[in-house]
Amino acid sequence: MVSRRSNSKVSWVLLCVTAVVTLFMLTPMVLSVTAGLVNQYSQGVSSGLTTKWLEQVWASYGSTVGWSLALALACVVGNLFLGIPCAYALARSRANWARIFEDLLTLPVAIPGLATGLALILSYGQFRDFRQSFYFILVGHMIFTLPFMVRSLSAALQRREFVALEEAASTLGANFVQRLVGILLPAILPTIFAASLMVLTLSIGEFNLTWMLHTPLTRTLPVGLADSYASMRIEVGSAYTLVFFMLVLPLLWALQAVGTLLSRRYEN
Amino acid sequence: MKTDPLAIQVEACAKTYPDGTQGLLATTLRVEAGEIMALLGPSGCGKTSLLRIIAGLETPDHGGRILFGDQDVTQRPVQARKIGMVFQHYALFPQMTVIENIGYGLKINRCPDHERTVRVGELVELVRLNGLQNKRPAELSGGQRQRVALARAIAVSPRVLLLDEPLTALDAKLKESVRDELAELLRRLRITTIHVTHDQHEAMAIADRLAVMRAGQIVQVGIAEDLYRSPEHAFVAEFLGRINTLSRSVEDASRDLLLLGGAQLTCPSTYGTKVLLRPEDIRLSQPAQSIPCGIVLQRQFLGDRVHLRVTIENQNALLIDAPRDCKTIAGERIGLVIDPLTFIPCKDEK
Repeated sequence: MVSRRSNSKVSWVLLCVTAVVTLFMLTPMVLSVTAGLVNQYSQGVSSGLTTKWLEQVWASYGSTVGWSLALALACVVGNLFLGIPCAYALARSRANWARIFEDLLTLPVAIPGLATGLALILSYGQFRDFRQSFYFILVGHMIFTLPFMVRSLSAALQRREFVALEEAASTLGANFVQRLVGILLPAILPTIFAASLMVLTLSIGEFNLTWMLHTPLTRTLPVGLADSYASMRIEVGSAYTLVFFMLVLPLLWALQAVGTLLSRRYEN
Repeated sequence: MKTDPLAIQVEACAKTYPDGTQGLLATTLRVEAGEIMALLGPSGCGKTSLLRIIAGLETPDHGGRILFGDQDVTQRPVQARKIGMVFQHYALFPQMTVIENIGYGLKINRCPDHERTVRVGELVELVRLNGLQNKRPAELSGGQRQRVALARAIAVSPRVLLLDEPLTALDAKLKESVRDELAELLRRLRITTIHVTHDQHEAMAIADRLAVMRAGQIVQVGIAEDLYRSPEHAFVAEFLGRINTLSRSVEDASRDLLLLGGAQLTCPSTYGTKVLLRPEDIRLSQPAQSIPCGIVLQRQFLGDRVHLRVTIENQNALLIDAPRDCKTIAGERIGLVIDPLTFIPCKDEK
């Protein structure tokens, strides 16, 4: 009886803590979003609801949405292209250089994006066409997100069950390509998908690096967001946040659902 | 599709890992064509290292050689050795169905579709997986997965079949039935097989011969009965079943005597100062002057037998396996009847 009573006490405390934390985190989001739907933020809902700020944002920054999504998708594709072989090599290598290389690969995550951006500008800024294209931002995003892809895949490929899968395929006569393409990649598909999702979200939301690398013609969603905040009109900034949510959330939920489906299908 | 069985010859194979760990000392072993050999030993004894060297998943240290029949395969990569291997946790391809798993080896070896379908069908029949052909591994029980893994390994008509603790992942009850099925199936297949296990019952049930390993080397090779009845090392005797270690003085040994529970038993001097005795070789009797006597310390009813621990004069407590209807209780004084022929010499005294 005593234990049940103390358990229920603990669960109440946990519930309260969870509720407070959730409220604390949701409030700014709700306030920020609603501010974009009212005529006057200072008067609140009593000033009337409107979509004019949303329309204004879409008219001014609509193009950044497409570019951001295209950039994020290109970043995922590029990361898969580079990350899979890199993760495989790191996972199978017993050499010390592999560990050092893995640490170096993680550096762009630890170093502020502004510094990475500056380094890229100093190194490649003189290539004007490249500097002024979206490819320049893409390179920056890939440098920043590649460690997330490589680390996730490398950790998966090092798992005993996947090493055993590869060994099992080789005992049956499979060569390297057959093992990698036919066995390993399908087996780690849920991890590949989860890592891709992470890269996609990081790329869509990336600001520091992008802010350094962008030009007036190469703006992404977060850069547009900063511009709209700089307009000093809080309703416009909030409407932009709402646009961001409306675009990113359904995309993430859809991808999460696909990820869950894959995990269920490929669980062993 | 069936290939003639080949003998496996392991010559002076050792394995030193990059961190300097000696996984296997120089080992030589011959497995006859069509024979089932068990590599038996505790964790870390080197049995899996030896199996992986034979498979080609590890390379032996310089000087080691692996021969399949007359062919030296030491330098051949694993995919070119034409082996079949069942892994500890089966390593079934999670994205593939049962028939895709079984047919994978045939597919990558460019076996024509119709031939593959026939062969996979035969194997599904052989390992009794009918009705489960389109299930994925996640939807199968442990025993079914084990059978898929075996069918996949033998589908490619391997020259050599390697089993790495194939029953470890099963629960105790299932293990026994799958063990018997596996033993029966391997006898029918007549493929030269090496079976790694740490379970002596599994090894004795499945293998024709056992190689008992300890600390990176093979201690003794032989058929189960010989290893059990005439172990050359105390370790082998202990590993294959429970055993009593009896000691005697050098003087008693020189007089062919063994003092036990107040009685003198005949035991050849050549057996040394430590002698082994199996618990089932001791029979219970009424206490008498002419036979060893002791007091029952502990009684455990195990269903098919009664397990007794008996304190006895001149020796450490003895383990005795008595018939299941034995009524002896703890604290009772009992007599022990021991045939001196059942004493086992202890060659590596600890």
